Amino acid sequence: MASLIAGVSRSALVVEIGGIPIRLHTTDPGFLKLLEQRYVGFVSSASDVRFDFQIELAPPQTISPDEDVRVYWDSGRWSMERGDFHAEWDPAAGSGRIRQTANPYSIDSVLRILHTLLLATDGGFLVHAASAVRNGRAFLFAGLSSAGKTTIARLAPPDATLLTDEISYVRKLDDRYSAYGTPFTGELARLGENVRAPIGALYLLAKGRENKIEQIRPADAARGLLENILFFARDPKLVKLVFHAACAFTDHVPVRRLTFFPDNRVWEMIA
Amino acid sequence: MVIMSAGDPRVFSLNEVATVIWEAADGRTPLDEIIANRICAEFEVAPQVALKDAEELVQELSSQGILLVSDQPIVRIASSPRETP
Repeated sequence: MASLIAGVSRSALVVEIGGIPIRLHTTDPGFLKLLEQRYVGFVSSASDVRFDFQIELAPPQTISPDEDVRVYWDSGRWSMERGDFHAEWDPAAGSGRIRQTANPYSIDSVLRILHTLLLATDGGFLVHAASAVRNGRAFLFAGLSSAGKTTIARLAPPDATLLTDEISYVRKLDDRYSAYGTPFTGELARLGENVRAPIGALYLLAKGRENKIEQIRPADAARGLLENILFFARDPKLVKLVFHAACAFTDHVPVRRLTFFPDNRVWEMIA
Repeated sequence: MVIMSAGDPRVFSLNEVATVIWEAADGRTPLDEIIANRICAEFEVAPQVALKDAEELVQELSSQGILLVSDQPIVRIASSPRETP
């Protein structure tokens, strides 16, 4: 019996991000190992998964990274494609297929897109923001590239739990907003902790000579958030939902402008 | 606009003006032409100021490896990043 069990190789793993378990199947043991390493901390033992995806690996020379992302609904399924991957997802069947090279960034991109679609109908979103938990509350730090997301994540004190330095995961549950840790890393190349916490505030970042937190007008708050939301589907109905989700978020969660000098004193203001 | 890099896990957020430049960067249209025909036409900004800011932006995107800057029109090859001459 032991030899039979030893002969059975595992061909799937469940990656749970934002509390949503998704099972990824591959026949390539090397790629499975790569996935286990890439999503360490987010690999789940859940058997009750929301979706199953079969991954088919394509030869490396099929990469064409110059192609832009396209996400569209066609014949009852979502298609997601870029030069390095093509994925299809049938929400009703709870399953999908991904054809990609053995590149962790391709599956990362597919998962990001998939989660943007899942969250769009649920009042949540992915946002280009660092986030961390301190004193039981999550704080998000959004800003255009070079605004300081990586810097503020790097400066986080030991009592702060880093959720991500790159892409924050926001869910609306029972009219409350929570942030979840993600494995989506940026320059810091450090996976977030797989925990969640209610969101205390969103800060729109700017670097300056001194640290200060300022109130901003609701319209500027919504605009600042919308500039940083990840959403790729060319679907007017979902785009509208994301727009309303951003406005609802800024109605319920304090949004402030945080100008900071890049040293750890900035965290004295975040609690 | 948010850009997902295909070559690494990073994401880039661009403001309105940067988005126009990114979308107009086709490897054939010179930057000063993009500024004159798109940026100055759509935003209230002096051409010299816009060009200086745009040059800084494309250098930044180039240093991040997501935009290729050239003084010649570029023949597109399969593995090149987005181009602007």
